[in-house]
Amino acid sequence: MLNLEVLMTVLKMTVSTLAITVLSATVVVARDNVQIAGSSTVLPYAAIVAEFFGENTDFPTPVVESGGSSAGLKRFCEGVGENTIDIANASRAIKNSERATCAENGVEDIVEVRIGYDGIVFASDINGNSFAFTPSDWYTALAAEIPIDGVMAVNPNTNWSQVNADLASQMIVAFIPGTKHGTREVFEEKVLLQGCEDTGAMAAMTLIGMDEDTAEGACMSVRTDGISVDIDGDYTETLARIEADSNGIGVFGLSFYENNTDKLQVATMTGVVPTTQSISNGDYPVSRPLYFYIKAAHVGVIPGLKEFASFFVADELAGPDGPLAAYGLVSDPELEDTQAAVANVTLMGQ
Amino acid sequence: MSISQHGSLLQADPHTKKRNAAEKRFRLYGLSAIGIAIFALVILLISIIGNGASSFRQTYLSFPVTISAAEIKVAETALLKTGAYNKIIETSLLAFLIEHDLMQETPEADAFGMISDEAGATFRHFITANPDAAGTTFQMNLLTNGRIDGYYKGRVTAQTALLDKNVTPAQLVLADRLAAQGALVKRFNWEFFTNPDASDNRPEAAGLGVAILGSLYMMAVVLCLALPIGVAASIYLEEFAHKNWITDVIEVNIANLAAVPSIVYGILGLAIFINFAELNQSSPLVGGLVLTLMTLPTIIISTRASLKSIPPSIRDAALGVGASKMQSVFHHVLPLAAPGILTGTIIGLAQALGETAPLLLIGMVAFVKEYPAAWSTDAGLFGEASTALPVQVFNWTQRSDPAFVERASGAIITLLIFLLIMNALAIFLRKKFERRW
Repeated sequence: MLNLEVLMTVLKMTVSTLAITVLSATVVVARDNVQIAGSSTVLPYAAIVAEFFGENTDFPTPVVESGGSSAGLKRFCEGVGENTIDIANASRAIKNSERATCAENGVEDIVEVRIGYDGIVFASDINGNSFAFTPSDWYTALAAEIPIDGVMAVNPNTNWSQVNADLASQMIVAFIPGTKHGTREVFEEKVLLQGCEDTGAMAAMTLIGMDEDTAEGACMSVRTDGISVDIDGDYTETLARIEADSNGIGVFGLSFYENNTDKLQVATMTGVVPTTQSISNGDYPVSRPLYFYIKAAHVGVIPGLKEFASFFVADELAGPDGPLAAYGLVSDPELEDTQAAVANVTLMGQ
Repeated sequence: MSISQHGSLLQADPHTKKRNAAEKRFRLYGLSAIGIAIFALVILLISIIGNGASSFRQTYLSFPVTISAAEIKVAETALLKTGAYNKIIETSLLAFLIEHDLMQETPEADAFGMISDEAGATFRHFITANPDAAGTTFQMNLLTNGRIDGYYKGRVTAQTALLDKNVTPAQLVLADRLAAQGALVKRFNWEFFTNPDASDNRPEAAGLGVAILGSLYMMAVVLCLALPIGVAASIYLEEFAHKNWITDVIEVNIANLAAVPSIVYGILGLAIFINFAELNQSSPLVGGLVLTLMTLPTIIISTRASLKSIPPSIRDAALGVGASKMQSVFHHVLPLAAPGILTGTIIGLAQALGETAPLLLIGMVAFVKEYPAAWSTDAGLFGEASTALPVQVFNWTQRSDPAFVERASGAIITLLIFLLIMNALAIFLRKKFERRW
């Protein structure tokens, strides 16, 4: 029975440990690290900066979570206090509705920091055809309905050569970001809507008698017959889809493409090859700013918060020769203004 | 009854043949079912081990580095101190390559690109720990870049290097020369188990240290909470509670809770432990509490089953010699049921160890580089941010650098080994202490 007695002792010990745990849970908790959440596009940049911050300063490495811009801003706006996050990463600007929610919960003072730009590129299998797209091509290929002879007709195109005789003859298989991604919004506005206007489809829709909002909606509605596939996961999923179907053309972030140049080839957009250079001078049309938002009430309370923000936007990191640019961030030409804003904790709307 | 109706014993009649055939078919069905399961398991293991086994080995470059006190002083004033140290390493690497005539017209930038970005941090760490090193020359053992490492694992070839922006064919040639010289070696990757996570720029430095610690802390919390609570609840329900509609309702609810999707416990945890009790998010304490809630039904059900399996004669004998109800339970029933209880607990723990979904909501799916302390005055017990093993797998599969695919599979293998150990322990305990009546 000796062995059983040992087991009983273990049981008794766990009971006493339980008591200690319950007691300790009532201790008031505090944290000494910066807590960040938000956009999965900004996540790798934030992780790179956090890593450098931990190595180069005496502050602990910040904790960076992903989850998406909207989810991050929602948590950001939950209130002020140590059990809420300090920084929200976003691949789009904060919306007015989100600011209102923030204000309701006492998060009134927010510092907006633009860290740079992200290019959105169209890439296909490295061994397949090369493409030179224009926004018009994408609109004509992916719109749910296009105006033909004065009536809205279901999109008949199934091959890129039908869309534009200059393009290679290849089945249209598009892997575009799902609606929960911030990238989708940019794709709709800068590619589909632009293409809709360029092809004259927008004008044709107005002639049919649509008002502007309906026409815009029609421009940005993507076909659902299986030719365009929404990817709700990450770019790794898009890449896996392209590896499985060599006709596929996917939408990626520039940095993802740059890390996988041995598997993917990039298409030009209106004749411009996407590079950090062509995006920062505005030649490449499909890009968007990346932001993070700081809870001003936490500055001075959470150790290292302000230091982390200044570190992030320093020339050594976010500048054109820094590690972020090496990873694929298009650095902001107005970085100096951002640095000043962080240094002075300039609030939004001031 | 005539003999003809029974037929010969040596010759099977049609009915017997039919029954024998049916049995044969059933055995075949069973065999093929097991075959399919084994086939699926083998495919899974081959794909995981094929992808991940290479993560347990890592290429290192070792060469002498010289640093002066003045250089340290300059480096320490920079904003990016590790960047400054990287420059010093590059100078030493170049001197080493020239001395051994290894450069052979390799572009300098390519040679520098062979070393991991982690090198600066490793070096600074070394200098801070050994201030006497200033002004001397010492051998440094540094990680190579993820692509060079990939070259020795078959992920990168001369063909892909031509297309890849992050590696050049010249680097691969130089790597081969270094390997022939003996400076570049591939050896067992202990750092994979001890290093914390690394950013997307340095997959070669990423490890499971924080994730393993976080998982251990959470298991400690689950064990300390779920076991006593579960056992107490089971003993009361099984030995003391009267059978009435209330206990029936409780019983149905426990069975139901065991089947609730785990994400629901995550939502509950976010609302109760983080928003209401204001415990730290991302902390193993909250993670452990959530997993405790999730594991409790499993433990209660298995504990009740093992209490039920103790023959009533044991209780009757104890009561017969004058023991109280509680004495009969704690002196006789519980020790006999303990092996079953522990087995159930270990299986519950193994289930909790592999759980990801509830941790998504309480902030444990994160980039965490600091090792969490079990106790700190600020954050309390298990209050410092951490990740967990399954979460690290989830994180790494989302990274853009292909080297993380290998790391993710390596993490899966590690997790499988942990699960195997726990399940083997459960079987061992059962075999060792089990009693049959």
